[in-house]
Amino acid sequence: MATTTAIAARRRPLFRRKSAIPGFGLTMGVTLSVLSLVVLIPLSAVAIKAAELSPAEFFAAAFSERAIAAYRLTFGAAFAAAVINGVFGVLTAWALVRYEFPGKSIVNAMVDLPFALPTAVAGIALATLYAPNGWVGQYLTPLGIKAAYNPLGVVIALTFIGLPFVVRTIEPVLRDLAADVEEAAASLGASRIQTVARVVLPALGPAWLTGFALAFARAVGEYGSVIFIAGNMPYTSEIAPLLIIIQLEQYEYAAAAAIAVVMLLASFAMLFVINAIQAWARRIEG
Amino acid sequence: MRRARHPTEDPLWAKVLITTLVLGFLALVLLLPLAAVFAEAFRRGADAVVGAVSNPDAIAAIKLTLLTAAIAVPFNAVFGLCASWAVAKHEFPGKSFLITLIDLPFSVSPVVAGLIYVLVFGMQGWFGEALIDHDIKIIFAVPGIILATVFVTFPFVARELIPLMQEQGTAEEEAAISMGASGLYTFWRVTAPNVRWGLLYGVLLCNARAMGEFGAVSVVSGHIRGLTNTMPLHVEILYNEYDFVGAFSVAALLCLLAVATLVLKGLLEIAQPAVRGRGH
Repeated sequence: MATTTAIAARRRPLFRRKSAIPGFGLTMGVTLSVLSLVVLIPLSAVAIKAAELSPAEFFAAAFSERAIAAYRLTFGAAFAAAVINGVFGVLTAWALVRYEFPGKSIVNAMVDLPFALPTAVAGIALATLYAPNGWVGQYLTPLGIKAAYNPLGVVIALTFIGLPFVVRTIEPVLRDLAADVEEAAASLGASRIQTVARVVLPALGPAWLTGFALAFARAVGEYGSVIFIAGNMPYTSEIAPLLIIIQLEQYEYAAAAAIAVVMLLASFAMLFVINAIQAWARRIEG
Repeated sequence: MRRARHPTEDPLWAKVLITTLVLGFLALVLLLPLAAVFAEAFRRGADAVVGAVSNPDAIAAIKLTLLTAAIAVPFNAVFGLCASWAVAKHEFPGKSFLITLIDLPFSVSPVVAGLIYVLVFGMQGWFGEALIDHDIKIIFAVPGIILATVFVTFPFVARELIPLMQEQGTAEEEAAISMGASGLYTFWRVTAPNVRWGLLYGVLLCNARAMGEFGAVSVVSGHIRGLTNTMPLHVEILYNEYDFVGAFSVAALLCLLAVATLVLKGLLEIAQPAVRGRGH
């Protein structure tokens, strides 16, 4: 038994074959050093700072009533925005891949605007649009809808931020989807709606989930576009990233770190989920 | 007679309905905010915009934004080239884990990105006292802004180049090396021409984010006018002071940056379809 493991180990050495290409030591050294200095060591500061607190203090800081209200808003609004983008993202990807219409290339470029536009600019623009006397807000006020300075405003900002994630994840999958499955379904007598619902949409499932999760993950951490439109009232329209800043401004560094630890753990959990979905998608899409 | 619809083509009513829905949604979500920025900026005419943009504090903010990008973007480009060379051209265990670590800053809230540098370099931080002793300011100063910007834009170039270099394999480099070319010469003459469009694409997105970053920079900046204010922070200050024309004028400049980024990105995608759709 021991010998077979030894042979297996010899057959698969740590480095499968010595690469003929030089520079591994140098580039790997630079990569690991920079990664550690810029990302990993500073990130560990959050955990180390939070560890200064006793467990009771940590829970008091990370799960105070105000913090829980902030998590609820942050995650709830991010989820609602991801659902909206989940619907319109599929439709947008569908129109971009399957239809021809005038100005399509401009529309295609516009979809990436949230990636290119600074979040603070989006924030003040949305706050102005949805304020009670704004271009959009003036039509919502008579309906009794308060968009800006309300949780709804947070959802609006996060919808803006998340849209391209869903569109750009679904688009390549939709483009590569073989036409023959759809033709087969149609030739077997399926109506167009049946074909789309039973054949096309299930094939888009993994990509849709990935896009949804990416949009959700981005929205949870978002700050710049939200704070101008949110109103930032404690317990009702205050997002978790803002609470970190408020703690920092009061020099409550450990409390800020405690909330940051919760946010980081949530981010890592989502990263794990996204990786799992993508591994699953690769198995399905082959 | 009506032309028969291909079985995989949507009926006309569906096309019209979906296209209308999509265009309406995109106009509401994307176009309207962009239009609002320019409308608000030019509310009191072009002179007010020019005045707001040429104000000394605005000029200082523009300079700081350019300086930050001028350091952060090349830094991350060099890192991205090193990381992609190590990851894509060599085999080693734990490769996918390393890629996940490089991508990590994208999963971290910008506010947390700022916080970590406050915890390391701030007055109560790890190096706080040592920095005070040597009269070095990082937090609430320009170095902190640059560090925070480097963090949030860290993965852009690497994640563009790694898949591109992986697709291209190592055959060309191996051939060059076996014929006696040095490693650096091989990189310069063989690899670089193959990845230059991808590199440019990554640099473009990296630059847009570096110039536009708000959350992380806001935490470490201290918001000192004329000194530690980048353009997005200047927009915030003016907005909070109800100087809407000023805020939207500087915002309009940032919109131009965004539009220019999208145009260049579109041109790059036409020039080099392979760089397209690698995600962000």
